[in-house]
Amino acid sequence: MKRNSTNSGYDEFLDGVEAGSATYLRCDCGRGALPPRDVCPDCGSGELAEESLPQTGTVETHTTTHVSSPSFQRDTPYTVLIVDLGPLRLSGQLQDAENISIGDEVSVDVVSRGDDEDRILVFRPAD
Amino acid sequence: MRTVRVAGVGMTEFGERPSVTGRALFSEAVSRAFADTSIPREDVEAVHYGNFMGELAEHQGHQGPLMAEAAGVTAPATRYESACASGGVAVKTAVDQIRHGDADVVLAGGAERMNNLGTAGATDALSIAADDLWEVKVGMTFPGAYALMTRAYLDEFGGTREDLAHVAVKNHEHALPNDHAHFQRQIDVDDVIEAPTVSDPIGLYEASPITDGAAVVLLVSDEYASKNGVQAGVRVSGSGQGSDNIALHDRESLVRTPATRRAGQRALSHAEIDREDVDLVEVHDCFTIAEVLALEGLGFYDTGEAISAAVGGETWMDGELPVNLSGGLKAKGHPVGATGASQIVEMTRLLRGDHPRSDAVSAATTGITHNAGGTVASAVVHVLEYDP
Repeated sequence: MKRNSTNSGYDEFLDGVEAGSATYLRCDCGRGALPPRDVCPDCGSGELAEESLPQTGTVETHTTTHVSSPSFQRDTPYTVLIVDLGPLRLSGQLQDAENISIGDEVSVDVVSRGDDEDRILVFRPAD
Repeated sequence: MRTVRVAGVGMTEFGERPSVTGRALFSEAVSRAFADTSIPREDVEAVHYGNFMGELAEHQGHQGPLMAEAAGVTAPATRYESACASGGVAVKTAVDQIRHGDADVVLAGGAERMNNLGTAGATDALSIAADDLWEVKVGMTFPGAYALMTRAYLDEFGGTREDLAHVAVKNHEHALPNDHAHFQRQIDVDDVIEAPTVSDPIGLYEASPITDGAAVVLLVSDEYASKNGVQAGVRVSGSGQGSDNIALHDRESLVRTPATRRAGQRALSHAEIDREDVDLVEVHDCFTIAEVLALEGLGFYDTGEAISAAVGGETWMDGELPVNLSGGLKAKGHPVGATGASQIVEMTRLLRGDHPRSDAVSAATTGITHNAGGTVASAVVHVLEYDP
C-alpha cells in the first residue's frame, strides 16, 4: 500500500542510491545524518555538508520476519538488516540471498515493489 | 515542591476484549480507582490520559475530552502519546502538576484497544512507534526491531536464547495469582524456544501479547490527603523522563538504552535515594531482551550482565531484586497506552500489601517503575515509597 506519494529529501536520497551516487549530511561534530534534515540530530548545528555516502558496509545485526504488517505479508519471511556504512547506519531488506551473518559486507540499492507500493532500500551481499 | 501521594488505583482485567470500546475500558478502570479511595469525582482538577493508537484502532483522536466524559469528570483533559511510554508520560505529567503546586487532585491513566484490529492490523499499528521513512518502509515491525537488538546483544555480550526464555518463564510464574493478568499460565523454557517465530530470534512467547485494557491512578497532594482524611500510604517520590534517537540504527549503540539511564538517574535524584535502596522493580519487558536492557539501563546490572539475572534466580520473586512481580508486560499484558499507568497500579498494591504477590516483598518500602516507548526512544521512570 503506497501511503505517501512524495517525501522530499527521502525520495532524493533513494534516487541517489539507485544512481550509485548516494549522499548524506555530515556535521562538524562527526555525526552523519539522513535528509530531510535542517540541523544535526545530535548537536543541533545547522552547518551540515552534503557528502558522498559509501554504498557498501558491514552487517551489524539482522532478523527474519515471519509476522508482518499487511503490506509486507506477501514477502514473508523476509530479512531486515542494520548495516554500518561508515558515517552512519541504515536499515534495509536483504535481497538476492537466503542467509546473512553479522560482519558480512553488503551493498545498498533500491528496488521497486510494484506500482502500488513504495520503493524500498535493500542490501545485497557484496562480491 | 509538594509531596505526591497515590490515593486510589484501578485497572481492568487485561486480555482479549475486541468488542469493548476504549471509552468503556477507561470508564471501567476509573470506577475501580474511585472505589479504591474516598475522593469524590468533583474534586478532580485535571485528567492526563495516555493512548498510543486510538486513531487507528477506533478512528478516534481528541481523546482527552472523550475520556474525561467517560470518567464522569469535568476538568481539563489531555491525551499524551509517546508510543508504549504514553501511560508513563501521562502519570509523570500528573505527578509534576501536583509537585509544582498547580493542582491537588489529578486523575492519570491510559487505555488501549488493539485486538479489534487483528494480528496483522495490530502489527501495522504498533509499527508507527518506529521511524516511518527509515524503518517501517523497509518492513521493520516492532518484534523485528527488538529482534535486531536481541541478536546484536547476544553477539556482543554472549548469552543464549534460553537465558532470555527464563525472563518469560519468570514473568508468567509471577502472574499466576494475578487476576488482572492477560495470562495466568505457567510456561517452561521449551515452550518458549519451540513457540512459532515472529521475527527471529524472537518467538511468540518472547513477546508481550496484543492486549486490551485500561489503568487509572488518582494522585493527590499531601495537604489534600491530610485535610480530607484520605488514606494514601504510597507516595511518588521521584519522576524522570529520557529521550533518544527514534530509529534504532541512529543510536550510539544498538544494545544500550540511554533514555532509560537518563530517566532513571533523574527519578533517583528527585527521590534522593540510591539504587541500593530499591526493593523491587517493574520494568518494560515488551520483549524478553527489553527486561535485560532495562535492568542495565537503570544501573542494577553492568552492561552485558543482566542476561543471566533471570536464569540465575536474582530477579525472581524470592531473589535479591524481584522484577515484574505483576507478570510484567509479558504475562500481565501490554495494552500500550495503559501500561505505564498499570505499573503504578501494581507497584502501589505491591507496596501497600494488597497485591497477590505482596507476600514475597512484605518488607519492601521502595519500588521503581520503568516504562519505555518504541525501541526506547523515550522512557519514564517513577520511584514509589510506602509510608506504612
